[in-house]
Amino acid sequence: MKFGFNFILGATLTTLVILGGLLAPWLANFDPVFDADLMNAELPPDWTFWFGTDAQGRDVYSRILYGAQISLTVGIVSQVINTFIGVALGMSAAYWGGWWDDLVNGLTNVMLAIPSLIFALAVMAVLGPGLASLLIALGLTNWSWTCRIARSSTLSLKTLGYVQAAQTLGYGDVRIMFTQILPNIMGPVLVMATLGMGSAVLSEAALSFLGLGIQPPFPSWGSMLTDARQLIQLAPWTAIFPGLAIFLAVLGFNLLGDGLRDILDPHMRTRLS
Amino acid sequence: MMPLLQIRNLNLGLKRAGSSYALLHDVSFDIMPGEIYGLVGESGSGKSVTSLAVIGLLKKPLQVLGGEINFRGKNLLALRRREMRAMRGRRIAMVFQEPMTALNPLATIGRQIAEMYVLHQAKNWSEAGQLAVEALASVRVPNPERRAKDYPHQMSGGLRQRVMIAMALACNPDLLIADEPTTALDVTVQAEVLKLIRELCAERGTAVLFISHDLGVIAEMCQRVGVMYAGCLVEENDTAALFANPRHEYTRGLLGALPRMGSRLEHGRQRLVDIDSVIEDRSTLTSRRFITPRQDIAAQ
Repeated sequence: MKFGFNFILGATLTTLVILGGLLAPWLANFDPVFDADLMNAELPPDWTFWFGTDAQGRDVYSRILYGAQISLTVGIVSQVINTFIGVALGMSAAYWGGWWDDLVNGLTNVMLAIPSLIFALAVMAVLGPGLASLLIALGLTNWSWTCRIARSSTLSLKTLGYVQAAQTLGYGDVRIMFTQILPNIMGPVLVMATLGMGSAVLSEAALSFLGLGIQPPFPSWGSMLTDARQLIQLAPWTAIFPGLAIFLAVLGFNLLGDGLRDILDPHMRTRLS
Repeated sequence: MMPLLQIRNLNLGLKRAGSSYALLHDVSFDIMPGEIYGLVGESGSGKSVTSLAVIGLLKKPLQVLGGEINFRGKNLLALRRREMRAMRGRRIAMVFQEPMTALNPLATIGRQIAEMYVLHQAKNWSEAGQLAVEALASVRVPNPERRAKDYPHQMSGGLRQRVMIAMALACNPDLLIADEPTTALDVTVQAEVLKLIRELCAERGTAVLFISHDLGVIAEMCQRVGVMYAGCLVEENDTAALFANPRHEYTRGLLGALPRMGSRLEHGRQRLVDIDSVIEDRSTLTSRRFITPRQDIAAQ
């Protein structure tokens, strides 16, 4: 089977980011937190500090590698939670209809009406700052679009011949949802999930910016950007490299999602092979 | 012999709060084991809702308002959801009109057939895969081993309908409901698929409820025919007798509307008979006076 260009590029970028995060202890030249040295503050990139240093003299390259761990954890875990909630609610609502559909719809509308960042802020305020509450806050607040998409895709599939045929052949509701509907709505759901990973990385940055995310001095890409805000003219590398990291990670996720959708579509599969 | 399926005074309709709207009026007929029973009628005459009632898949607001559907001596209408689901696919199966959309596009057809054995006969997947290849061979799909790995979009309409038949007959049901199974197919493919249904069901002793609006197909397939009009079974007879000697005016009209080779010369007719009114608003019809809008036919 041949893969599309998008998939290869996306998978490469995503793999690079994941490897960077996993291998951070070996790839990093300095400790991201404790190797602060004000004598080295705000140095431009050179052979010792590949991406330069920040206001505390810490190596930006090492901090980006460690930051990848946080950003990826937040992006992937929160999106897995979102997708799970969204698909479960959306698919069952569309399939069963009735009061359950009304309830899920109402809930989705409420979620859409509240800006998810504000909602996440509220959750964070209750749970207190930290990685775990960050995951919960972002995991519980971004499922509404996934839910919408899962619901509308299921509604259109429900009337199709093969879902009805499965009913006449004695499939149970859950089996129909898992074998007939879920694989066929995976395309848009996957694309939503990967787009969401990108936006979760950005939300993490926003929450860290507001002081509710990852607490300094531990690095995350978002908090690094926040720190760089004041230095953007003096030491632009402190903003460029974390920004580039976010950009590449988000791009990687999105291209990967696109590529996966193409691969999961059997029409595309025969066209490629 | 005891009938396999016994429909008694089936009344069915739309039911909303306070009002109901009848669609079937006292429909009664029997199907014997192994028999092919045809149900003909124009669009909207109630053929398909009858079959959906039998298989227990009426969607709200459609509802059975009265009557009995006895299958092997058990009233299907009294079964619980779970019991009815166990019937479907195992004892009663169905083939649809649209082979193009009736298969899951994301699973190979081998897997889809195999799932029937996993679901209903608790086979493991490798056994079921073998059985699926055999099932494909039994519906005369050439090269079944290789075809089992194909996706539905790689197959033609005729082949897909064969796959549907293989799935429906996988667990040797007692009754197969075929709802216009060949309407969407070419005439030549249609003949092959009909032959296949007839032969397979004869081999296995499966009874067929064959729904069609095509009298030619009915004549070829069925031992007995019921004619439906406006939610009523207006006439029922052996196929030969019905075609030779239609008793009800509507049946006569239906047969008259059938184009025949050389009909002008042999039958001395200039034009096909047309049945000129569509089915009227049923809320004004009762079972007793349903035919009145077509008194013109009766008068002829």
